[in-house]
Amino acid sequence: MLRSIKATLIMIGECVKMSLSNILGCRVRSFLTVLGILIGVAAVIALITTVNGFSGSLTNSFSELGAGTLTVTVTGSDLKSGLSPEDLNTLSAMDIVEGVTPSVSLTARVSRGGSYEDSVNVSGKNAYYFRQNDDALTRGRAINFTDEDNKTHVCLISPDMVEEFFYGIDPIGESLYVNGIPFLVVGLLDEDSDTSIATLFTGSPDILVPYTTALKLNNANVITSFTVYLEDGVDSEDATDALEAELDAMFSFEEDCYSILNMSSIEETMKTMLGMVSSLLAGIASIALVVGGIGIMNMMLTTVTERTTEIGLKKALGAIPWQIQIQFLIESFLLSVIGGALGILLGLLLSLILSKVLGTTFVVSPGAIALGAGFSAAVGIIFGWAPARKASKLNPIDALRSM
Amino acid sequence: MGLFHRKAFVEEPAAVENRFFHMENINKFYPMGEEQAHILKDINLDIREGEYLSVLGPSGSGKSTLMNIIGCLDVATSGRYVLHGREIEDLTETELARIRSREVGFIFQNSQLLARLTARKNVELPLIYAGVSPRERSRRAEEMLVRVGLSDRMDHHPNQLSGGQQQRVAIARALVGNPTLLLADEPTGALDQKTGRQVMALFQELNAEGHTIIMITHDMNIAAFAHRVVHIIDGELTEGGGTNDA
Repeated sequence: MLRSIKATLIMIGECVKMSLSNILGCRVRSFLTVLGILIGVAAVIALITTVNGFSGSLTNSFSELGAGTLTVTVTGSDLKSGLSPEDLNTLSAMDIVEGVTPSVSLTARVSRGGSYEDSVNVSGKNAYYFRQNDDALTRGRAINFTDEDNKTHVCLISPDMVEEFFYGIDPIGESLYVNGIPFLVVGLLDEDSDTSIATLFTGSPDILVPYTTALKLNNANVITSFTVYLEDGVDSEDATDALEAELDAMFSFEEDCYSILNMSSIEETMKTMLGMVSSLLAGIASIALVVGGIGIMNMMLTTVTERTTEIGLKKALGAIPWQIQIQFLIESFLLSVIGGALGILLGLLLSLILSKVLGTTFVVSPGAIALGAGFSAAVGIIFGWAPARKASKLNPIDALRSM
Repeated sequence: MGLFHRKAFVEEPAAVENRFFHMENINKFYPMGEEQAHILKDINLDIREGEYLSVLGPSGSGKSTLMNIIGCLDVATSGRYVLHGREIEDLTETELARIRSREVGFIFQNSQLLARLTARKNVELPLIYAGVSPRERSRRAEEMLVRVGLSDRMDHHPNQLSGGQQQRVAIARALVGNPTLLLADEPTGALDQKTGRQVMALFQELNAEGHTIIMITHDMNIAAFAHRVVHIIDGELTEGGGTNDA
């Protein structure tokens, strides 16, 4: 038993060597034969890797937007149109909540000296906001609790505003007029400093002021939009439930007073959708693999016919049908796997280029490579089976007669 | 050089089952359209170990069919064939292949070497199918190539060898499995006279060393190299009597 296994292994080793020499013996033909598999695998790899990279980029931007945060938009009821700063303090005190950042938005006319600009995005934030977004501030100081409490007229401005109003001078310590009211510039913002979902469509605000000041500018006293930062490790679904309970109580259990945007669940949904799109595309691309398989089958059938004499000779020399079959099977398997390997390389190259063009992250997906390799191996065996069987069934006398 | 006059049927004490080579009333039919062509007609043939026999016949006489049956590439429609004490009938293709591997060394007209393989690898081929280890294979192939006088051509490809050298490689390949009998089909058919004679000389050496040789040919001059000649005409075998060594 052990001996026959060893003999079989030896024979398979020889078959691999002979097949490789056959394949390399007619390179152009072998290459054309595996082209179908090559393109199929490359397409599958490129699609999966690109979609994965896209999904990775999406996850990154989502976590920038705030994984671990809940964004609440309040529409209010007749009795209560929004939340007061005290309500926010209540929410901040919850176990699961690390902190709350209100967002009070307005557009204002901003002027300084002789120049002015209309419709500037002004946003009111609190001190906690800068603890969460410590890279928002490039120079100067952030908004602090004193500013919140005293509704001070201080502001932080974006690079655009610096260019617009403070060309050639240091803006810190200078003043800027927002709707005619003077504000002291205390700090400079980074470009695209505010990445919260609230600014996804409006762009980052150009001017940040204490939220209490912003409320005053709006002639309002309630907050209608805020972001809740969760403690590490808190499940966003559980947190949503807890927050709902708290908010329901605040709005006296009236319905439709607010909506909570859970970034994690949106991310999950997006990922699932991308996964489905990816599978669909890979499915379409795998049609190329089937076509490639048919190409290999065609080539193997031709090979069997061409090598009739060789098959007859080998049979005369004592090769049993199974040995002939395994030889041709190994040859089609190797052809297909070589095509698959080249396809994986081409696919990775393509997705690297695509990731550069699309600006997504390039992540080599082991799953996609395994899929490509597995698929090409399977194609080689499945489509090589019939030609190999045909070769093994050749009558040695007929096969030798053609010599 | 001795004279080898032998009768076709040498009565041996051993039972039929134990004989070296025994054919009894072998018939072969091939379907030809509606009818059955009767290719071999009641062939009776006994060969003793160490004999050098040639089967002489024109083309279409059935000698190729006889060769196929002797070489276990084909089986008779009826009759009895015992080779090396083994009945060759009702065997599967795989069993026939195993018998070919152990018992028969084929030598073909056009040497039939694989062009992509070196002489050494060509000789190793039968051993691959017999499951011999690479080292042992290489050793035996070398031994055989030395035996046929090609010690300096082992790593040449067939297209780098002359016709006579190619046929020597083929002979080495036939010998390497240490078969019961060498079966040669027109071994000099593709060679010029001088080279053909060299191959025949090698056959005689091999026979002198104890190898049993059956040579199928249409050429009387070549057949005459054997110690015993049988004629086959229209599927019937007749003893042609012994001939002298040439």
